[in-house]
Amino acid sequence: MTYAQAAAHSLSLSMDKDDAIVALGEDLGRGGVFGQYQGLRDKFGPDRVIDTPISEAGIAGAAVGMALAGMRPVVEMRVIDFALCAIDEIVNQAAKNRYMFGGQGRVPVLFRMPIGLWSGSAAQHSQSLESWFTHVPGLTVIAPATAQDNFDLFQAALTLPDPVLYLEHKELWSLQGEVDTQNTLAIGKARCLQHGEHLTLVTWSAAVHRCLSACAQVAQQGVSVELIDLRSLWPWDKDMVYRSAARTGQLLVVHDAVQVSGFGAEVAASTAQVTGCRIHRLGAPRIPVGYSPPLEDQTRISVDTIAQTILQLVGEAHVA
Amino acid sequence: MDLLSLYEVMLRIRAFENAAERASQGGVQAFGQSATSAAYVRGPLHLSTGQEAVAAGVCAHLQMADLLTSTHRGHGHTLAKGADPTKMMCELFGKANGTNGGKGGSMHIADFEVGMLGANGVVGAGITIAVGAAHALKLQKKKQIVACFFGDGAINRGPFLEGLNWAQVFQLPVLFVCEDNRISATTVSASVTGGGGVSSRAQSLGMASTQVDGNDVLDVSNHAKALIDKVRATSQPHLLHAVTYRLKGHVSVDKALYRPADELSKAWEKEPLRFAKGLLLERGHAATELDALEAQVNHQLEVATQCARDAQWPLAEAAFSDVADCAEGVWF
Repeated sequence: MTYAQAAAHSLSLSMDKDDAIVALGEDLGRGGVFGQYQGLRDKFGPDRVIDTPISEAGIAGAAVGMALAGMRPVVEMRVIDFALCAIDEIVNQAAKNRYMFGGQGRVPVLFRMPIGLWSGSAAQHSQSLESWFTHVPGLTVIAPATAQDNFDLFQAALTLPDPVLYLEHKELWSLQGEVDTQNTLAIGKARCLQHGEHLTLVTWSAAVHRCLSACAQVAQQGVSVELIDLRSLWPWDKDMVYRSAARTGQLLVVHDAVQVSGFGAEVAASTAQVTGCRIHRLGAPRIPVGYSPPLEDQTRISVDTIAQTILQLVGEAHVA
Repeated sequence: MDLLSLYEVMLRIRAFENAAERASQGGVQAFGQSATSAAYVRGPLHLSTGQEAVAAGVCAHLQMADLLTSTHRGHGHTLAKGADPTKMMCELFGKANGTNGGKGGSMHIADFEVGMLGANGVVGAGITIAVGAAHALKLQKKKQIVACFFGDGAINRGPFLEGLNWAQVFQLPVLFVCEDNRISATTVSASVTGGGGVSSRAQSLGMASTQVDGNDVLDVSNHAKALIDKVRATSQPHLLHAVTYRLKGHVSVDKALYRPADELSKAWEKEPLRFAKGLLLERGHAATELDALEAQVNHQLEVATQCARDAQWPLAEAAFSDVADCAEGVWF
């Protein structure tokens, strides 16, 4: 099934098991703007798959109130860019509620907010703002790269008692993959796609697939890369990354988000602090996403760029 | 609830605010005042002095299971909903046995045990939360309602529109209470509010609204009773616009010198406790009886304040609890 179908199926199974789960957002009744709620309205009806007004602050705030009254809302923000209309509700309300009220309440809301480029969507529908939310205490941040992970992590996220930022990638919706619906996965466990000796490459979301291609490219030149998909950014699998970087001595973090203050900086700094390894980041330049293809391409982290960066780093290490 | 009981609730709120005000002097650097470490109540303290009739009159008709969201000026709503003044004062003092374990203070006072889902440091932020709670209650087929308090400043924020529209569209059991003290922090609300104000905004969404004298606790109470009954019976939202006056500054160290002096002195003549006391005397209650009641409530608050002074601080490790279960213990 596709990445989108995997999440829809995962949500459907969770809704079967837990009556407290409702989905709310714009255009969910017709299956969601990307088909990621396909079939759910027919199965669960309009009380549990709720079409809302275009009111992002209202959706996110209502979800907090619903959660305090015993429900488990799945909130659709359409794209992460629109979630900025609900930043108070997510950051000041959902993330803080349990703490500032001294543990009296819980806010188990899953905020679903797709990230990434979506060809031709320009500056306000294309951002990858994961580091805005990894910065906020109280939030769990998940970014699945495959259909199986989208199935597994969606289910896992729907068992947490606290708010979760669930960041799917818009270029992955139609990605096909085998999905074992019996599988379970703990949040915070990264996946090592391939072992290697020369460099540790850490990434997440859609960039995982481009990094895999880049690894195949450099392998032809005898460069062996250990590729790690973090799957979740908070918590992130420090054990796996530290062990790998300590062994290879060299870490490259690749992400689609703007490089400056991106989550790659956190991974790189923490890993260097613990292992003393060399570090390098590869993210988008600090420019808005342009509409025209030659402009948009400037913010795209391509397979070739990743491969060139790997070769350069490994070459430098050999010289050193 | 009879007038004497309403008066007692108002006395309790007034005594709480007075005690908190005294304990907060020097608690924050603002309005030309400097902070001292000696203050018991730190940070901004927003007093509802003068607005007691709204909290008392509305909450008198809420059941314990009904829910309530409040504002940054939320002590009165919390007390009127039934929270324990001692636990509340301990929270203001930052003590471990406060309602929030010392994690929230005045701006985040909450007591979920009495259905009080929290004050809020962000103007208008409680509105959408109240609406969501009501949405859940409706889906769960419960008979509870939600009372959502907000100020006149909040009606200029987006969540006011989004929340009221939502409640109307989904026909949710919410009584929206605009506690209109006529000032947005230190700016006269009328000078920054277009159109006909809160009632006309509600009506433009198809929501019925009722205006009351927010300094007359009987007027508030009589209307609130009818409206709460209606909201519960029909699951339709309603807006109650209660016009009152903030007798103190925006925060407790704000002397509010930006207001004309005669406006304030006139407001003290029309303040809700004095008004209610006048009615009680007219109805044959003896002045000595009312004075004794006032003394008794004041004494309770003195005891509560002493308790708060004597109570234990939270342990430092409590700063690390109730963040989130996932990755608990990973702080860096």
